[in-house]
Amino acid sequence: MLRYGLPLLVFGVILYFLFGGLSRDPRLVPSPLVGKPAPAFDLPQLRTPETRSSQADLVGTPTLVNVWASWCVACRDEHEVLLRLARARRVRVLGLNYKDERDNALDWLSRLGDPYESIIVDADGRAAIDWGVYGVPESFLVDAKGIIRYKHVGPLTWALVEDELFPLLKKSPGRP
Amino acid sequence: MIPEIGHLALILALGLALVQCILPLAGAQRGIVGWMATARPAAYGQFLFLCVAFVCLAASFLASDFSVLYVANNSNTALPWPYRIAAVWGAHEGSLLLWSLILTVWMVAVGRFSAGMTLAFRSRVLAVMGGINVAFLLFMILTSNPFVRHFPAPAEGRDLNPLLQDPGLVVHPPMLYMGYVGFSVAFSFALAALIGGHLDAAWARWSRPWTVVAWLFLTLGITLGSWWAYYELGWGGFWFWDPVENASFMPWLVGTALIHSLAVTDKRDAFKAWTCLLAICAFSLSLLGTFLVRSGVLTSVHAFATDPKRGVFILVILAITVGGSLLLYAIRAPRIHDTGQFEPASREGALLLNNIVLMVAAASVLLGTLYPLVLDALDLGKISVGPPYFNTVVLPLLGGLGLVLGIGPIMHWKRQEMRDLARRIGWAPLLALVFAGVVVGWRGGEHFLQAVAGLFVATWVVLTAIQGVRERLVHQHGFAGMARALSRGFVGMTLAHLGLAAGITGVTLTSLYGVERDVPLKRGESAEAGSYQFRLDGLRDVLGPNYQAIEAKVTVSRDDETVAVLKPQKRVYRVQTEAMTEAAIDPGLFRDLFVAMGEPIRDDGFSLRIQYKPGVRLIWLGGLMMVLGGMLAASDRRYRVALRRARDVLPEGVAAV
Repeated sequence: MLRYGLPLLVFGVILYFLFGGLSRDPRLVPSPLVGKPAPAFDLPQLRTPETRSSQADLVGTPTLVNVWASWCVACRDEHEVLLRLARARRVRVLGLNYKDERDNALDWLSRLGDPYESIIVDADGRAAIDWGVYGVPESFLVDAKGIIRYKHVGPLTWALVEDELFPLLKKSPGRP
Repeated sequence: MIPEIGHLALILALGLALVQCILPLAGAQRGIVGWMATARPAAYGQFLFLCVAFVCLAASFLASDFSVLYVANNSNTALPWPYRIAAVWGAHEGSLLLWSLILTVWMVAVGRFSAGMTLAFRSRVLAVMGGINVAFLLFMILTSNPFVRHFPAPAEGRDLNPLLQDPGLVVHPPMLYMGYVGFSVAFSFALAALIGGHLDAAWARWSRPWTVVAWLFLTLGITLGSWWAYYELGWGGFWFWDPVENASFMPWLVGTALIHSLAVTDKRDAFKAWTCLLAICAFSLSLLGTFLVRSGVLTSVHAFATDPKRGVFILVILAITVGGSLLLYAIRAPRIHDTGQFEPASREGALLLNNIVLMVAAASVLLGTLYPLVLDALDLGKISVGPPYFNTVVLPLLGGLGLVLGIGPIMHWKRQEMRDLARRIGWAPLLALVFAGVVVGWRGGEHFLQAVAGLFVATWVVLTAIQGVRERLVHQHGFAGMARALSRGFVGMTLAHLGLAAGITGVTLTSLYGVERDVPLKRGESAEAGSYQFRLDGLRDVLGPNYQAIEAKVTVSRDDETVAVLKPQKRVYRVQTEAMTEAAIDPGLFRDLFVAMGEPIRDDGFSLRIQYKPGVRLIWLGGLMMVLGGMLAASDRRYRVALRRARDVLPEGVAAV
C-alpha cells in the first residue's frame, strides 16, 4: 500500500512548495547591502569630469541612487517617474551612469530632461559590482547617514515610489 | 456583438462539459446505457462551441476590435493579418482557449475512433476528459476571459509581442499543445481503467496509438520551439534549460518512457501498475508546465502574463486532477497483477532500464527546475540552476539511454542468452569506437573524450539499428516478404531511434566544435570564425510594416571564395519600442553560418555576433525523424485492422450507442 501511495506523497510535497512559491516574487532578489553603509567609490562626474565624487557626498540628506544608461530601453520607461520624483523634492536623486558613452548620456539628458542633482560615471562598471548591480536600471535609497535602506531592480513606477520610497523617507530623518 | 457570442459559446461549452463529466461516469457505474450515451454528443457539442468561440476571437482580431481588451493588448492595425490570427494564442487568455479547443479535438477523435472499446470504458474516458475541460473552461471564464470588453475602446492596440511576430509562433504553440493535451487521452484511459477496475492488455493496446500521436506532436512542438529560439532570439543556441523548456521536456521524457512501457504491457502483460503511473505522470507534468508558464513562480523568458490569482486557480486544478488521480492509483493499484514473467536479461529488462533512465532524467530536470523555488520557500536563499547542472546530469543519462537503446530492439522477449546477444552484436562496439576516434582525431581540438563518447553512442545506435533490420530481412525471400517483415511499427521505431542518433551527433558537434564570437566591426573590416571570413560590407535602414530596422550586409567567404551574403537586421517595433534581433543564417546540413547584430559602435560600425555551427541542423533533423517515426508507428497495420474489424463487427448504429 505504501509503495503505491508514495507518488501521492511526493506530489503533496511538490504542491506545498508550489503553493509557497506563489506568494513570492522570483524576480525579487534581496540585496545583502540593505542596512549596510553604501560601498566606497571615487568616480568622476558626468557633467564636469574633472570633479570627483565619493560615498562621503551621500551623507547628510536621503538620496536615491539610480543606475542608468542611455542604451537601456527600460530606463526610458522609468525616466518620467524620475523627473516627477525630482520635481516632488522629497529626496535627492543621484545618477550612476553605467557603462555608457559620455556624449550619448548627455544627449539623452538634453532630449528627455535631467532629473539628477549630480551624476557619477562608472565607465567600466567596477563601482556597480561593489553595489551589487546586475542589471540596469536599479535604484537604491540611501538615508542621511549613508546607510542603504532599500533596493529596487528594474524600472521604478510611481506606485512604487508612493508605496515604498515615501514611507521609508518619512522614517528616516533629514530633508533635501 | 461577436465577442458576446464567443463568451456565450464558452459558457455553453462549460455546461456541456459538466454533463459529459458527470452523466457518463454515473451511467457507467450503474450500467445505465442512456446516460453513457450522452458522452459522445456532449463532446462533439463542446468542440462545436469552442470552434465558435475561437472563430469569434479570431474575427475580433481581424476586425481590430480594440474594445476587446485582449485584442487591444495583443494586436495593432499595422499588424499583418497572419499574425493577427496567430495573436489569438499569443498571450495567456487566448492560449487557454486554444488549449481547451485542442482538448475537444482530442475528445472528438476519441469519440470517432473508439470502435472496439466497450461503451462503459469509452464513457469513462470521455468523462475524465470532460472533467479536465470543466476545470479549464471555469478557469478561462472566471479569471482569464479573452472576450472581456473595456470602454472607451482605444484607437490603437498595443501590438503583439515582437518576439512572437514570426512564422515559428504560428505553429509552435498549437503543436506543443497538441502534445501536452494529447497526453490527457493516455491519462484518461489509465483513469478509466482504474475506475472500472479493468487494467488489462486491452487498455494498453487502446492507449498505444494515442500516446504515440500525442508524443509525436510534442516532439514536433519542442523541435519547432528549439529551431525558433535559434533563429529568433539572436543567441544562436538551440536549448537554454529555461524553466518553460524544461516544462515541455519533462512530459516528453515521461511520454517516451510511457510509449515503451505500454509496449511491454501490451505484448507481455507486465509493468501494468507502472505504465498506469507513467500515464498519470505524463499528463500531470503537462499540467505542471501550464502552471509554471502561467503563474510566474519561476523566472523565465516565457513568463508573459503573470497573475497570482490565476496561479492559485491553476494550482487548485493541479491539486484536484493530479492529487485525485494519484489517490485513485494508490487505492486501486495494489490489486493489479501482472501475468508476464521475464528474466533481467530480456527485452522487458532492457525496456525497464530505458524507463528507469528516462524517469531519472525527468526527475533530475524536475529537481533542477523546482530547486530555486524550494530553497526560497525554506528561506535558504535565492539561487538559480543553470545549464551546467542540467548538462552534467542529463547529457550522460541520454548517452546511457543510447547505449541501452542499441540492444533493446534486438533482444528477445522473456529471456535473452547473453552469449547469443554478443554474437549478434559482433564487432559493432569496436567499429563504433574506431569510427568515433578517427573522426575526432581528424578534427582535433579539445574535449576529446566528450566528442568520442557522443559520436560513439550515435554510431552504436546506427550500427545496431542496421543489425535489427538485417535480422528482420535475413529469412525473407522476395520483395513482398521483406516489405511484410518491415511493419510500419518496426520502421517507425528504427527511424525514431536513428533520429536520436542524429540528435546526439548534432548536439555533440555543435557544442564541442561550434565557434561563437562577438566582434565590433567597422565597414569593410572582417573577422574569422571556423575558417570562414565574415566581412561587414554595409549598413542601411529598412522600413517594415510595423517596425524600423538597420540591416547589415555581411559577406562570408572561405579561401577567398564568397560562400554567402547574409543580411541580419536590428529591428525596433514602433508600438512596443522593443529592439529585436533578426539573425541571418546560411544553413547547411553540415554547418550553419550565423550572424546577429548587437549594438552600434562609433564610426559607422556594429558589434556582430558571428557563429560557425557544425551539425546544428542534425538536431532538428533528428526531431523530425522521431516525428516521422511516430507517424509510421501510429499508422501501423494492426491499429488500422483493429479499427476496421471493430466497425465490421458492430454496425454503425450499435457502435454509436
